[in-house]
Amino acid sequence: MAEKKSLGKELTKGIIIENPVLRLVLGTCPTLATTTSVTSAIGMGISASIVLICSNIVISALRKVIPAKVRIPAYIVVIASFVTIVQMLVKAFVPVLDEQLGVYLPLIVVNCIILGRAEAFAGKNGVLASAVDGLGMGIGFTVALFVMGTIREILGAGSFLAGISGLIGGTFDGFKIPFLNENPMLIFILAPGGFFVYGLVMALSNKLAESKGKPKAELQGCEKCPMAKSCSIRMTDEACDKKEVEA
Amino acid sequence: MELTKGLLSILLTMILTQNFVLAKFLGICPFLGVSKKVNTAVGMSMAVIFVMALATAVTYPINKYLLVANNLEYLQTIVFILVIAALVQMVEIVLKKYMPALYNSLGIYLPLITTNCAVLGVVTLNIDSGYNFVESMVCALGGGIGFLVAMVMFAGVRSRLESCDIPKFLKGLPITLVAASLVSLSFLGFAGVVENIFA
Repeated sequence: MAEKKSLGKELTKGIIIENPVLRLVLGTCPTLATTTSVTSAIGMGISASIVLICSNIVISALRKVIPAKVRIPAYIVVIASFVTIVQMLVKAFVPVLDEQLGVYLPLIVVNCIILGRAEAFAGKNGVLASAVDGLGMGIGFTVALFVMGTIREILGAGSFLAGISGLIGGTFDGFKIPFLNENPMLIFILAPGGFFVYGLVMALSNKLAESKGKPKAELQGCEKCPMAKSCSIRMTDEACDKKEVEA
Repeated sequence: MELTKGLLSILLTMILTQNFVLAKFLGICPFLGVSKKVNTAVGMSMAVIFVMALATAVTYPINKYLLVANNLEYLQTIVFILVIAALVQMVEIVLKKYMPALYNSLGIYLPLITTNCAVLGVVTLNIDSGYNFVESMVCALGGGIGFLVAMVMFAGVRSRLESCDIPKFLKGLPITLVAASLVSLSFLGFAGVVENIFA
């Protein structure tokens, strides 16, 4: 099945058609929290992408070994191990990023994009396809964070790529935007600005989606949720229906 | 006196100025997904408060006497997520068997909470802040109550939003996020309040 689909399609679907942040509405917490500057947005995007690609590869390689009933705990262990590795690498080589991301770095473990992809894709497809899927989703996540980070940093701090030298080394340390730099609209890098920019970017992506005839982004209901299957281990279907009725 | 002051200050900070949802962006998924009605919002929040307190109570000794004592701090992320996942499942089984009434009101929310970043967040945060056991528990309780306050307030805002005439492309999630932004803005007004109370 994996061979029939072209790898290019797997790659691009994660970036645009199924963008995890703007189309599937997954991983909202890091999206809002780490886009106060472009540098931390890129840092978060890359860290999460590395975890996503590695965990997709390992999970798809082990998909025939892991018994179906304990697959979610098994996935969580794999993901948590990679998060720990990334966390240690970041602490050792990019301590600035560790300071910026703080508690959100270990929280990559509970990023629904990663467990969602493990459940929806890596557990059913071959290693190569899963790696490409992880790469595509990772790029899509990073691009969405980059867009939001750009808007928030330019308006809220009057700069672009400030502190990038901490991430890539060298002496280049971002641009200063004239006027905005002296009079930044601080609200954009505070919490309300995060919700606001995310809302507007999503409205824009809905508009673009509609012009292409695609449905607008919606928080997935119980049955469409990528976690639905993992839930059903513990959550019976009637509980799911019950929640739907209540909600 | 000094002790109560310190604890009260942590509690109020977690509820008002450092609100988990509105200031720290933890637990956004349930905040957006389960806040359409006030009673579901309350049920979910109660389950979060319960699990947060329980997770803190269990992970604190594990961290102190098992991980730190053996220089295994780097295993924190793996151990905590597994402990929380196992804990939630166990609580669910126990509730189902012995307290069906409570299970019916909280139980359906429990599986959603395992992968809720607020729970792992509060555990990690307690350790990063170097809180002792009592302070950690108060912090978890404050975080949970803050979650409840934000959820209930937002459920109220959303029920008003239903009857509004909204531009086509803002309908659904985008307008919900903009509304969340305004709720969050109102919480910015609490900045400095806690420091001033205890000054």
